Amino acid sequence: MIVGTSGLVLNEKLLFEHSDAGRKGYSLPALDVPATELPDGLCRQEIAGFPELSEVDVVRHFTRLSTWNYGVDSGFYPLGSCTMKYNPKVNELAARLPGLADVHPATPDHLAQGALEMMFRLQEALAEISGFGAVTLQPAAGAQGELTGMLVVRAWHEARGSKRRKVLIPDTAHGTNPATAALAGFDVVPIASEGVLTLAEVEAHMTDEVAALMVTNPNTLGLFETNIAAICEVVHARGGLVYCDGANLNALLGIARPGDMGIDVMHFNLHKTFATPHGGGGPGSGPVGVSAALAPFLPGPWVIQDGDRYRFAGSSESIGRMLAFHGNFGIMLRAYAYIRSMGAAGLKHATEMAVLNANYVRARLEGGYHLPYATRSLHEVVFSDRDLPNDCHTLDVAKRLIDYGYHPPTIYFPLVVKGSIMIEPTETESQETLDEFCDAMLAIAKEAEMNPDLLHAAPVRTRVRRLDETAAARQPRLRWEGVGEKG
Amino acid sequence: MEFPEEFKYTEEHEWVQVEGDLVIVGITDFAQDALGDVVFVELPEVGAEVTAGKAFGVVESVKAVSDVYAPVSGTVEEINEELPDAPEVINTSPYGDGWMIKIRVSDPAELEGLMDAAEYQAHVAEEH
Repeated sequence: MIVGTSGLVLNEKLLFEHSDAGRKGYSLPALDVPATELPDGLCRQEIAGFPELSEVDVVRHFTRLSTWNYGVDSGFYPLGSCTMKYNPKVNELAARLPGLADVHPATPDHLAQGALEMMFRLQEALAEISGFGAVTLQPAAGAQGELTGMLVVRAWHEARGSKRRKVLIPDTAHGTNPATAALAGFDVVPIASEGVLTLAEVEAHMTDEVAALMVTNPNTLGLFETNIAAICEVVHARGGLVYCDGANLNALLGIARPGDMGIDVMHFNLHKTFATPHGGGGPGSGPVGVSAALAPFLPGPWVIQDGDRYRFAGSSESIGRMLAFHGNFGIMLRAYAYIRSMGAAGLKHATEMAVLNANYVRARLEGGYHLPYATRSLHEVVFSDRDLPNDCHTLDVAKRLIDYGYHPPTIYFPLVVKGSIMIEPTETESQETLDEFCDAMLAIAKEAEMNPDLLHAAPVRTRVRRLDETAAARQPRLRWEGVGEKG
Repeated sequence: MEFPEEFKYTEEHEWVQVEGDLVIVGITDFAQDALGDVVFVELPEVGAEVTAGKAFGVVESVKAVSDVYAPVSGTVEEINEELPDAPEVINTSPYGDGWMIKIRVSDPAELEGLMDAAEYQAHVAEEH
């Protein structure tokens, strides 16, 4: 790409390459005390060659880079299982209200009543939406929410003198679940599903050594676990608990409640289900809901209503804090604003539209791509590369989609489908957007047949061509090595 | 795709070469092909106990992270020290230099439950 000859194409060097000795973005007042040399031991030699830049260099560098970004505000982002929802701007307005944005986390309860009331109402709203007895807002994101939930499971068993060590996890559960169970001190027992989990498979593995079953519902194939109520009964009858990964809750909101299915513990991803910023735009937030019997074990403190006032309270059986202070408060505000601005009917409608959109994509792409599970999906749909000709694979389709202007969907997950392509079109996408995306997918399938080189070479319409992911993983170069040289 | 006649195989795509009361274990050509470029390998320590059907190590490719399961129970006698620094050998030579561990077998009867090359080939065809 030749900068300056093909329109306004802002290419960008590394900060190191912009650097020039002595350039700086600050000016200090004249020294009015005797100068002293820093002792040798206090100077870090390893940052010699650090870039030296003026303010305008730095501002332009990051502003240019920001225009290369792809996010939910710039295009369709069908990343399955991650639920890349549009983040309504009214949430940002709520999060910036000075009385809430500026409240210090150490403010005494009686001076932070508005903030506490919002937390209390969010706890209540999440409990009502999910059918649980109590909710903690503390965990910093989904993974910490999972860990919190499994530590609560462990504490519940220990309080009853039970030393159960095993956790059953079906192959359609979220990939983080086995790591969570292991970190919480359990042994993971993988179990098989047939698209959905069968009662027989759970019965076969549910012994008196099993502390819990961890399921994701709907699962990572986008299928509702139709046997969930009976499965919960069996697990409970044999002294275990059922954990639900709430990452896919956006397929159930306003329609079905995990608590009513018999689930004992579930984490929420506010950045998925409740339209708060996701990933690098976060932080996330991973509240945990539990049945009334498990409520005393939640990490404290939580907010209670005391007459017409609100205050923090805890329990002697609590697993203790998972985080300093009170969690990602700004994210709670956004989620609360989302819930209140949508209302019960709005949340239900969002769920219906998410499911409708996924099934629309499924119907349009069926025939173009192999559909390993023919059951109607909920909010996401999984295809595979099985029927693609000419040595074209899922990775090639994903890279070619970039040429068509889309962020690729989740690929090679879930693992139960070989070469999976997991598409989640969220509820705010219009039919026109979905049609354009499906047209692109079908065009790529046709290209695989007629001109497979297009797929193998993709992406070609990007600043950098296909990256060597293997070399990047085998020989990662994590530091700038051109110290002292000008690029 | 190769399925050496002299090896035994598991449903989870490990191969087993029997040498007296030692067995050599690795992942099959089919497994490395399905995984794609292997970028990271985690092996147990020499002397570790492994149990048939339980994970003893991990292979990570650009696509996915997978457990590797012990075909038989026993003690780890030797590991392929080269592998962590050169995981690509699993792709280039799954049945040779890409071997993973040697196990001193505690119950030779467990070997009877493994598949021969023809059975494994049929298993792969079915799964594919």
